[in-house]
Amino acid sequence: MSTRQRTAVAPPKPGTHQNANPTVVMHQTAPSDTAGAKRATDFYRQMVFIRRFEERAARAYTQALIGGYCHLNLGEEAAVVGLMAALRPTDYLFTNYREHGYALTRGIDPNRVMAELFGRSDGVSKGWGGSMHMFDLEKRMLGGYGIVGGQIPLATGAALAIDYRGVDEIVMCTMGDGTTNIGAFHESLNIAALWNLPIVYVVINNRLGMATTVDKSSAEPELYKRASSYRMASERVDGLDPVAVFEAAQRAAAVARGGRPFLLEVMTERLRGHSVVDPGKYRGAEEIALTKERDPVVTFAAHLFETGLLTEQEIAAINDGAIAQATAAAVFAEASPFPDVATLFDYTYATPVANDSHRLPGQPLFEPAPYPEHEATR
Amino acid sequence: MSIMTYRQALHDTLRSEMHRDPDVFLMGEEIGLFDGAYKITAGMLDEFGEKRVRDTAIAEEGFTGAAIGAAMLGLRPVVEIMTINFSLLALDQIVNHAAKIYGMFGGQARVPLVIRTPGGGGQQLGATHSQNIELFYAFVPGMKVLAPSTPADAKAMMLAAIRDDDPVLFLENLSLYNTKGEVPDDDVPAEIGKAAITRRGRDITLIGYSRMAYVAAQVAEQLAESDGLDIEVIDLRSLRPLDRGTVVESVKKTHAAVILEDDWLTYGIGAEIAATISDGAFDYLDAPVRRVAMAEVPMPYSKPLETAALPSADDVIGAIRQTLDAVGRRRNPMENKS
Ligand SMILES: Cc1ncc(C[n+]2csc(CCOP(=O)(O)OP(=O)(O)O)c2C)c(N)n1
Ligand SMILES: [Mg+2]
Repeated sequence: MSTRQRTAVAPPKPGTHQNANPTVVMHQTAPSDTAGAKRATDFYRQMVFIRRFEERAARAYTQALIGGYCHLNLGEEAAVVGLMAALRPTDYLFTNYREHGYALTRGIDPNRVMAELFGRSDGVSKGWGGSMHMFDLEKRMLGGYGIVGGQIPLATGAALAIDYRGVDEIVMCTMGDGTTNIGAFHESLNIAALWNLPIVYVVINNRLGMATTVDKSSAEPELYKRASSYRMASERVDGLDPVAVFEAAQRAAAVARGGRPFLLEVMTERLRGHSVVDPGKYRGAEEIALTKERDPVVTFAAHLFETGLLTEQEIAAINDGAIAQATAAAVFAEASPFPDVATLFDYTYATPVANDSHRLPGQPLFEPAPYPEHEATR
Repeated sequence: MSIMTYRQALHDTLRSEMHRDPDVFLMGEEIGLFDGAYKITAGMLDEFGEKRVRDTAIAEEGFTGAAIGAAMLGLRPVVEIMTINFSLLALDQIVNHAAKIYGMFGGQARVPLVIRTPGGGGQQLGATHSQNIELFYAFVPGMKVLAPSTPADAKAMMLAAIRDDDPVLFLENLSLYNTKGEVPDDDVPAEIGKAAITRRGRDITLIGYSRMAYVAAQVAEQLAESDGLDIEVIDLRSLRPLDRGTVVESVKKTHAAVILEDDWLTYGIGAEIAATISDGAFDYLDAPVRRVAMAEVPMPYSKPLETAALPSADDVIGAIRQTLDAVGRRRNPMENKS
């Protein structure tokens, strides 16, 4: 192994403030009732769909149907579906650029999510945002944001609006582990705690910024503990188990509904590079192998099979269904037209305004005066 | 002389400066283990170790400010901000601190700092990741802003920036990293504050910097061929201080100018150049000074929209022809041949 690669370390264990390191066996939350059983299989279906959708997106990227930066939720499927299940349709979500799974699980039409990736007019953001910037008012997904930490103050402000109006809603704001080092994180948590805002901050800890590990970037690597600086309750949960994530997110949401902010840290994996163009060479073979072993889609399938909730055939059928739906989304996206260039100036301002520039590059400010006839013969 | 890419020229210069001066060190996100988001610092962690190639947390304001403080004690930090868009998070430390410390304390402390950062659009990175906001820094007295467009200048200007005792914002460009050119083997720093006439001509002056100086040179070649035009090209190289004299002298000779910029038109760098020409060469102008800049919109992701919003070589050619038409000076290539 090259000296430039890190030695693999076992992923940190789940824990909470009350009990920092309980040994949690994966998927111990075996559903005992039929509602629980249905929930677990629904979670699995959603996870598989995110997986197949992301794989299809990665392929479309290599076919140059998608451009720009494209960050996938591969390895974070259990975290995504568990979190989203704890939100009501009336709650708000703010997230970052690694967001396709959130958009899908929040209930946005996959065709429109894929069309956004393709930069087409049927995309959720009409092709203006791309992979990093999905937004859907109806589903109350108020944006993926490409600037690290950009979403955190915004989400805090949304919680302020909810508190101001006194409505029964909350905000969930997700971010990566590396993002907890940006000033906006600390400023926002402080404000939320002071003002008792109804918000759940979620750190999706895949243990990596791009290549930088949490240990190298965070002086308190147990990120949920950062909440204590703001006297905010917090918890760490195993993000490979969708049911555990769901239950933790429900606890967090209950705190927020009661008018206190909460910080939830979800331990996940990043199965591939930082974005689709990153081969991830800085990770050692051992680490990659460990990551593969912990693949939540695989381990949760095994769990559902072992506990008798799904048969091999059912698992295969779910997979086939997901592939068909992801393929259909790509077909839809490719058939969707690009936005008309005539719309280029439609979204600079929400209100019509005098003298807004509608000039294309190279267009003169003023039409040049015609060249005088008598001078032409000079 | 060796032929190399802009990227290689930057890489080699950073390396040789680190060997030359132990006070030079690098800081930034993902510059070590990841080799840099755009691989300018590839291999340097192995070569110089963690003390001198410092991977930082994602904390632009914090680490840029820390670099300013280290520079106050005489170190010579070279900070990488992954793209100029993220420099906005460090704006306070740069504008309110780096640019102020020398003057505000009556010249008692210097800030020998370099902030390297690429601008550039056209990669479908969307509204927040496609901005060309070097103007924000060029606007500020106390900052020096350099914008090389060739591998040779990347080297000469990086040498100058590192050895200079003032804060320098060193603007790179995503679409220049792979361009190639001759680079002198000797370490000769450029003089900060000087533009370069990269092509001599009589018919019209094209003025650009960074990617747009590159586009200007290409357009000049193309129109020499197709329209028989003899175009002068100025690469501004230094956005602050600004070499107004070179611009004015050129326009006095050619009587017409087109300015190329990748930023937004209104209040952009080109506006300052146009005002300079108006002040210094008003009586010599045969035509209004034209500017070719980005459409004034938040950059859309979708490819056709992005392409429409970005200034292209064709836009520049159109502006040149219209300018020369307006004064009856455009040459007919057919006439040239007869
Ligand atoms: C202010 C800012 N700085 C740097 C970047 C470049 N960048 C994009 S993602 C990223 C790493 C983020 O890591 P983490 O928060 O752990 O999220 P993950 O990507 O692992 O989901 C960086 C440095 C950015 N987009 N914005
Ligand atoms: Mg991360």
